[in-house]
Amino acid sequence: MKARVFITLKPGVLDPQGKAIHHALEGLGFAGVNDVRAGKMIELDLADGTSDCDIEDMCRKLLANTVIENFRIERLENA
Amino acid sequence: MKSAVIVFPGSNCDRDLATALELVTGRKPEMVWHRDSELPEGVDFIGVPGGFSYGDYLRSGAMAARSPIMRAVTDAANRGVPVIGICNGFQVLTEAGLLPGALMRNARLSFVCRPVPLRVENSQSLFTSAYNAGEEIAFPVAHHDGNYQADDATLDRLEGEGRVAFRYLDEVNGSARSIAGILNDAGNVLGLMPHPERVVEPAHGGTDGRRLFEGLLEAVA
Repeated sequence: MKARVFITLKPGVLDPQGKAIHHALEGLGFAGVNDVRAGKMIELDLADGTSDCDIEDMCRKLLANTVIENFRIERLENA
Repeated sequence: MKSAVIVFPGSNCDRDLATALELVTGRKPEMVWHRDSELPEGVDFIGVPGGFSYGDYLRSGAMAARSPIMRAVTDAANRGVPVIGICNGFQVLTEAGLLPGALMRNARLSFVCRPVPLRVENSQSLFTSAYNAGEEIAFPVAHHDGNYQADDATLDRLEGEGRVAFRYLDEVNGSARSIAGILNDAGNVLGLMPHPERVVEPAHGGTDGRRLFEGLLEAVA
């Protein structure tokens, strides 16, 4: 079983990397980009039966820094 | 003073810190490997050095904060043993939950490596008693992730409780309220991005960092 964890900066937390990407997109001539926020995705290959609770625990204890980051878990049931 | 310096894979200021401690205290610190689970018996002071522990994987300091030795460091800090985290060490201490807030990528994205002017905001702590309140000093910085951020309530509490130890006097990395170093609520844990251990001898181009270790020695001895 696979799961994906999406880690994003909390709203309101300044994202210098997102800003730089935004500027670069504008520099390439892409108009209409209002804002860019960068995050990361971590793919986990898990033993069958791993609970949502276990994955959340992994996020809180290591994968995300909940002072500045939010996380979202997506299970890939057939992977 | 019996001190210990923690060494992670990727630490690169561990020997600088050990040299500064030996210079000031007259005693070589014990170097403690990250996989160890215990600190030397009777240790009076713990230094978490700068560098790029675990290659800054995941987030700066994130992996080091979960290494076996950090459980012992956390227990010691909770017992009141003074702990300093410098640069990557500061990142490790925030990731370990020993200090509030987080250190994010510098606001202008560039690695900053230069001496910076600082103001000593609190001269009553274990680490800053050899400075005068409001004194202006200079320590070098060398970091990519030194942008200190916390929510407003935390920042207000740090300010109100005199836990901002050092503040930048010019724009360095985008840190909230120009915070360069903070204390925990008990006052025995200090985290700061600038490097006091790099300015302890005249040949370093400055000696402002020396008094941090001298003040600590006096407080602990």
